[in-house]
Amino acid sequence: MTELPPLTPQFVLVAAALLVFGVDTLLPDRDNNTLLAGIATAGTLLAAGTAAWFLSAGTGDAQFVQFDGAIIVDALSLFFVVVVGSVGTLVVMASHDYLDDADSVAEFYALTLLAATGMTLMAAANSLVTVFISLELASLPSYVLVSYLKRDRGSIEAGLKYFLIGALSSGVMLYGISLVYAATGVMGLPAIADTITAGTDFVGVLGLGIVMLVAGFAFKTASVPFHFWAPEAYEGAPAPVSAFISSASKAAGFAVLFRVFTTAFPLDVIAGTVIDWSLLFAALAVVTMTLGNFAAATQENVKRMLAYSSVGHAGYVLIGLAALQSGGGAQNSLVLGASMMHLLVYGFMNTGAFLFVALAEYWDVGRTFEDYNGLSKRAPVACVAMTVFMFSLAGLPVGAGFLSKYVLFAGAVQSGFAWLAGIAAINSALSLFYYSRVVKALWIEDPRDDLSLSGQPTGLYVAVLAAAVGTIALLVAFDPVAQTATHAADVLFAG
Amino acid sequence: MMIEALLGVTLLSALVVMLAPDRIAGKLAAGLSLLPVVGSVWMFVQFDGSGNALLEGGSLAFETMTHWITIGPYTLNWHVGIDGISMPLVVLSTVLTTLAITSAWTPIDERQSQFYALMLLMEASLLGVFTALDFFVWFVFWEFVLVPMYFLIGIWGGPRRKYAAIKFFVYTNVASLLMFIGFMALVFGLDVTTMDMPAIAQAIHAGQFGTTYGLGAETLKTVAFFAMFIGFAVKVPTVPLHTWLPDAHVQAPTPASVMLAGVLLKMGTYALLRFNFTMMPGIAQQYAVPIAALAVLSVIYGAMLALAQRDLKRIVAYSSVSSMGYVILGLVAYNYYGVGGATFQMVAHGLISGLMFMCVGVIYNTAHTRMVGDLSGIADKMPVTAAVFIAAAFGYMGLPLMAGFAGELFIFLGGFGADFAHAQLFTALAMFGIVIVAGYLLFAMQRVLFGPFAAETDYDIVPAALHDTVPIVALLLLVIVAGTVPNVFYGMIQDAVTPVVDAAASASAVVVSTGGVFL
Repeated sequence: MTELPPLTPQFVLVAAALLVFGVDTLLPDRDNNTLLAGIATAGTLLAAGTAAWFLSAGTGDAQFVQFDGAIIVDALSLFFVVVVGSVGTLVVMASHDYLDDADSVAEFYALTLLAATGMTLMAAANSLVTVFISLELASLPSYVLVSYLKRDRGSIEAGLKYFLIGALSSGVMLYGISLVYAATGVMGLPAIADTITAGTDFVGVLGLGIVMLVAGFAFKTASVPFHFWAPEAYEGAPAPVSAFISSASKAAGFAVLFRVFTTAFPLDVIAGTVIDWSLLFAALAVVTMTLGNFAAATQENVKRMLAYSSVGHAGYVLIGLAALQSGGGAQNSLVLGASMMHLLVYGFMNTGAFLFVALAEYWDVGRTFEDYNGLSKRAPVACVAMTVFMFSLAGLPVGAGFLSKYVLFAGAVQSGFAWLAGIAAINSALSLFYYSRVVKALWIEDPRDDLSLSGQPTGLYVAVLAAAVGTIALLVAFDPVAQTATHAADVLFAG
Repeated sequence: MMIEALLGVTLLSALVVMLAPDRIAGKLAAGLSLLPVVGSVWMFVQFDGSGNALLEGGSLAFETMTHWITIGPYTLNWHVGIDGISMPLVVLSTVLTTLAITSAWTPIDERQSQFYALMLLMEASLLGVFTALDFFVWFVFWEFVLVPMYFLIGIWGGPRRKYAAIKFFVYTNVASLLMFIGFMALVFGLDVTTMDMPAIAQAIHAGQFGTTYGLGAETLKTVAFFAMFIGFAVKVPTVPLHTWLPDAHVQAPTPASVMLAGVLLKMGTYALLRFNFTMMPGIAQQYAVPIAALAVLSVIYGAMLALAQRDLKRIVAYSSVSSMGYVILGLVAYNYYGVGGATFQMVAHGLISGLMFMCVGVIYNTAHTRMVGDLSGIADKMPVTAAVFIAAAFGYMGLPLMAGFAGELFIFLGGFGADFAHAQLFTALAMFGIVIVAGYLLFAMQRVLFGPFAAETDYDIVPAALHDTVPIVALLLLVIVAGTVPNVFYGMIQDAVTPVVDAAASASAVVVSTGGVFL
């Protein structure tokens, strides 16, 4: 019996990307949209499926170290491959209709797959070098994807802003990496921790390096203070790309953030001597969730509202790092696991919401809340799905968003961060205000007279419904997710 | 598996109706909603539970318990079961849903399939609320009830439906959050690793407190008690937290009002009984006087508000505030009559206020106005409706042989027998509420139904259709049955509330003197 290499999901994604390019090269004249979308969907689905299979088979417990310690495959990385793969599947399925009459379709799918590869590698990066390379591998295709609608000024502007801020934060992060290297002399994450344990003379340099690293991750996860690209990029980008970046890219950013800070700078080692980063993340979490929520409440444009809501959710997820304690034991696994659970659930509900926006863009109904008025009369099924996403994002028990938020907040309370959970709960309660505006527009307001929807976007519909079914199914079948996430955190802390 | 089957059939019916064409949705929904009615009546007949669901010594009917989620140290289970308190409420929910669906045939003329699907969805969540015994399962259903109601008010409501829907939604949702946080604080302070309501109730009674955040166990219990009390009081609703109710009721389409008054308000008192009064009897008795004062305030102030209205629907809506005050008074009396009567009153008020709303709806369907001043002497034109309306009003006032009488009698007996300070005074004041009820109901009836015929409306007043009269007559018969032989419900209720009262008596270490159990 031959064993699959631990990096199979990543290989599958690369292979799918190359296959897309190959097909496009060999059959350049045909309209390949459906075929290419099929390849991309199969690739992402296969990657997610393989990772889920590995997880259930216990592959993640072993911590396969690859390439001299630069890459590690453990439960955490596999968990995030599942997140990225599921989101990717939904996104490429939906893109099929969105790209119906676009040119350079193959590039779109291939870039999406390559970005997904980068994101899955981020989750597996075990050295600051691979962290940076995988981050860039995920970012560069994303810049292109955001500005994919090259005749649309908004899309170009969004891509430019995304790129400029991305370049800036990459620079800051790279500087941070060099400072950490200067202080420790090693790049491997476990080695850094060992060096710090042994003692370093450059405490200030190391501390500054760590703070600069945070900047890079804050950019990728759309957290304060590097969040302000998010509304512009999400609004201008094609909606499936917004879905992809706001769900998968954010999850991958958190994956690498979790690993770097728990493996290279564990609190037990670093809190007393260099910097207590849990306080830093607590402050970031509060600012991020509050700013995201209040900004979302003032938007008139649904896509921008979703963008700020995405910033708000990044704030919730940061609780997972903020509430860690040195010597926290099982409690730490629960809190960090809760963040992972929320990212998975968020992957479904947020992707679904953005794909509904894609559906609305496909129908040309406009972008503001008013433009969505009365859509339920024309498209009731899709509107049911959108209602599930909105209520689940708000934390009502219509979808799994309720449970993942609950575990996150309750975990924070039990770790002694009741004040943080309290702020998060208030934010979450307030968020119902702007989420319910969408629901109100869809169902309660009267439609404009000239509202007519044409076309049969099967792929988009299937993707939106699949995301809705996923959101609801996770409410019922939350246990496997909770167990896997907590276990992944266990493995990470044990590592 | 019976409860799962009931929930499954109801949910599936909702799905089928949603996908059905508008033309047949109403009939289809009514037909499908008979399945849960049959199921719940069958369960009622087969009911073999005894004791209280949350307290020791009880055995549940139709119980299932399977593992759902493990999160850190806590285990959540799918735990459902029925005891003597929830059984009548389950029957009430299914029966009222069918009747409300039938009453919607005339007024609902757009987006029918969505309307009826939401009604069935709401029925399923209500059944979940009354059967769930794990806090998380219960909370999921509890919150989910808001969603269909929000749409029912928001889409099919009156002119100010958007405001009313969002007010209902936000008001009750914030209340739920407060209740949730209060309960969670309590559970985290306890030495339990489960969210199972019976286990939690018994742990509280046994005083198994662990970390209580540096507070004493009593302080924690008090804080949790009031967080939950406020949360549930919004749902009941109790003065001064009732302001969402008239807006919701007046704007809601009549079938939704029937469900709102008939079943949704009972969620609040049911939860008060299950959580506050069963789990923390010591605190409830300690604060019996302010709670009783609040109850009496609701009774009197709610009735006064009803007296000031000229919209029939508003009158009935405010009268619910008044009636639910009686329920709280009965609960806080903490004796067999009081708590048993309060539970019986939940069912009785569900039937009678549902009936009143349906009568108002039938009149509105033909007159297109509900204003007392606009209508006069319509009894000549609509004899059956008028007769049922009058009978319902008398039921509301507590006429013997009607369901309202049995409930209120027990509550007052309990109130006079209660041993918190000035219990007799509070009860006497609450009884005065009945006089006001008689005042506003009789006054409204007299002007609308009798006298020379006059209608300030552009529509012809015609007798109600058969499918409108059959439900109200059927409901009236149920009211009379429940009032004539209250023991059909009261027997099992008494069985389930006895442990609550006994636990309270031992909690206060004062022997509560009550009469024996008769009936």
